[in-house]
Amino acid sequence: MLEKLVPRGSTYAADIDLLFDVITYLVGFWFILVFGFFLYCLFRFRRKAGVKAQYITGETHKQKMAIEVPHYLILGCDVVILIMTFFVWHKVKIDMPTPDEEVRIVAQQWAWSFYHAGQDGILGTEDDIATVNELHIKAGTQYKFHLEATDVMHSFSVPIFRLKQDAIPGRIIYGHFNALDTVIGEWDIQCAEMCGYMHGGMGARLFVETPEQHAEWIAANTPDHLKTASIAATTTQESKEDAKNG
Amino acid sequence: MAEVATQTAHQDGHHDHEEPSFWSKYVFSTDHKIIGFQYLFTGLAMAIIGGFFSYVFRMQLAFPGSSVPFYGVVSPAAYNMLITNHGTIMIFWVAMPVLIAALGNFLIPLMIGCDDMVFPKLNRLSYQIFLLSTIVLIASFFVPQGGFGGAWTSYTPLSAKAEYNGTPFGAPLWLLAVTLEIVAFLIGGINFITTTMNARAKGMKLYDIPMVVWMIVIASILFMASVGPLVAGAVMLFFDQVLGTSFFDPAAGGDPVLWQHLFWFFGHPEVYVVLLPAMGVVAEIMCTFARKKLFGYKMILYSSVGLGILSFFVWAHHQFISGVDPRAAYLFTTTTLLISIPVAIMLFAFIATLWGGSIKFNTPMLFAMAFLGEFLIGGVTGIWLGSSGVDVYLHDTYFVLAHFHYTFVPIAVIAVFAAIYYWFPKMFGRMMNDTWGKIHFWGTIIPFNGIFLPLFVLGASGQHRRIYNFQNFPDLASENFQDLRIFATGSLIVLILFQIPFFVNFIVSLKRGEKASRNPWKSNTLEWVAPSPPPHGNFGDELPVVYRGPYEYSVEDREEDYWPQNQPPQAAARS
Repeated sequence: MLEKLVPRGSTYAADIDLLFDVITYLVGFWFILVFGFFLYCLFRFRRKAGVKAQYITGETHKQKMAIEVPHYLILGCDVVILIMTFFVWHKVKIDMPTPDEEVRIVAQQWAWSFYHAGQDGILGTEDDIATVNELHIKAGTQYKFHLEATDVMHSFSVPIFRLKQDAIPGRIIYGHFNALDTVIGEWDIQCAEMCGYMHGGMGARLFVETPEQHAEWIAANTPDHLKTASIAATTTQESKEDAKNG
Repeated sequence: MAEVATQTAHQDGHHDHEEPSFWSKYVFSTDHKIIGFQYLFTGLAMAIIGGFFSYVFRMQLAFPGSSVPFYGVVSPAAYNMLITNHGTIMIFWVAMPVLIAALGNFLIPLMIGCDDMVFPKLNRLSYQIFLLSTIVLIASFFVPQGGFGGAWTSYTPLSAKAEYNGTPFGAPLWLLAVTLEIVAFLIGGINFITTTMNARAKGMKLYDIPMVVWMIVIASILFMASVGPLVAGAVMLFFDQVLGTSFFDPAAGGDPVLWQHLFWFFGHPEVYVVLLPAMGVVAEIMCTFARKKLFGYKMILYSSVGLGILSFFVWAHHQFISGVDPRAAYLFTTTTLLISIPVAIMLFAFIATLWGGSIKFNTPMLFAMAFLGEFLIGGVTGIWLGSSGVDVYLHDTYFVLAHFHYTFVPIAVIAVFAAIYYWFPKMFGRMMNDTWGKIHFWGTIIPFNGIFLPLFVLGASGQHRRIYNFQNFPDLASENFQDLRIFATGSLIVLILFQIPFFVNFIVSLKRGEKASRNPWKSNTLEWVAPSPPPHGNFGDELPVVYRGPYEYSVEDREEDYWPQNQPPQAAARS
């Protein structure tokens, strides 16, 4: 159901959506049953002249079972939800797939800084690309993120990924995502934890790019003296082609 | 202890003969009913402030940047302050004082058949501290740089340092107000528990105690057991704010997440602290107007105790994504989903009570039934959030906001209205107008759903809380979403307008309402034995004696369909 509201943008989004749907069906079933029974009672037992209410204690064995039995069924539903939850949670928050790329995310009042690994694909080297409020990632690539905060709590929330993680000052929190190529384009990143005056304006944009677009972006943002020969060559070639086509 | 209480009342009774002044009768009174009214009216006044705040920020969300009538342009700082204090007021200054303190004070001595609380002076102190806390909170809105805007959860280190939150005076005053309020309720809670355990009418066994009294007692125990860590945390936070200590500042070796644990260890049981009295209110009203015995009294009672115990083991479901070890989510998801069992038992038993009843739909009953229906929505939507896997997505979205408003509004608004309409004749000796009550009912329930149903959709679409202008986020700025926001705001305004009939009805009925008899609803519990309104000392010279449980309605072979707790069995033989 969620995919109708927000597109699925990560490899684990479908799992979260499925769990959401399963809960919706189970809860929906019980809700309609109980709410319907409730309305039925209200209608059927409305006061009528000459009809006296019944004396029912709810303490006999049979009456107690009328309450108890549905609860074993509800407990069964709870167990189904729990088991599914454990799998989803493990996949999203506990499991850490081997990353192809890493990105460092730093939250502060009231902006996001992103440190992309740059053309060498290694974080913390000279060719890292730092941006403010713009995260550029390559679709179909397993990312590991390092989330930090410099002042207060923030929360890194990407609705299309179904991902959210608080950033805590003094700690580095790791997580992962892998964007689908169905969501190439520009998307919202929101801060999801109250962080003071401009919390309501602390957004960033997520650029999900094809490998070609991403390479171009890296090339455009890498100073010439840091470009390795091969990449420099490809970019010159590409720009020549562009010039030809243009 | 009942004798002690009697003596206290008699001593106070002597003072009564000296024609008490206005001050000693209404302001410095030790009469539990007057203290209950003080809490009630303070709570209702605060509800008006909290409601006004919600009007202002909902207007800002519907029409960002425009000038809000009766307020002006809402700055981001003002928006943060309004949402923070809306939450704070509605929970700590409306739900708590009205449901626990006002109803507890007014009802407990009357329903257990004694003449006053066992500690009347402590009771008075409780209200005085509460009043002080109210003044401190309101003062915090007007200090330089404005009131605190770090959300009612007051997460550290934002709340700990003025350089982060920008409110060097607002933040400590807010914290001081909350702490004082908690002290007031600790004192009140001691009184409720002690009075119920020691001062019951002769013959009233534990299982003869009306459900609402049990619920207030269990809620008081939960509150007292859970609030300790919060008070400790509040003192540490106050030191961080004012003395420059670093309990929650990681730069100096503190831990910012610690506050969340201390807060939610209290914060989650707090939900049940206010839920239980509301369910008690509904039980009383439902049995009276369905003329039915409460289905499974003991089952409900034990479920609420179980619920209370479980509620101490679920707090970290507020922190699934807050950086605590993710493995903790396995435990807290399990406990959270388990809590659906006792809640469902209680709701099922309540609905089962209606079976075979003879239901009269007057205003209190309508509100009581609306509580069950709306709370059911609030309860079941908690399942999505309790599942950590879905919470990754829904955490801190409007889905959460809509969910807890579907629990808190039934509790703090719908059940409170039910209680006021039901006990008004006993409180003030006059009846409220039922037709206007019904207009008020539909004008409250329909727009209430109009506000919060769209917010579920917005939340599921990824709209987060506490954001003053969604136009800042391109994915949320679409016209369809804005239409939903405007619809919610419009519903809120309709809801607020429909509160006018309530206040007019309330005030007019105080003076001109039809005089109420002792027992206008033909109810069984002891408060209906006392005159309406009950005098100081409640029952006169002779306290009632209890012969049976509180819900003996429609007993077979009896002509009358009710059987007051204090009616001797011989009287039954005669009838």
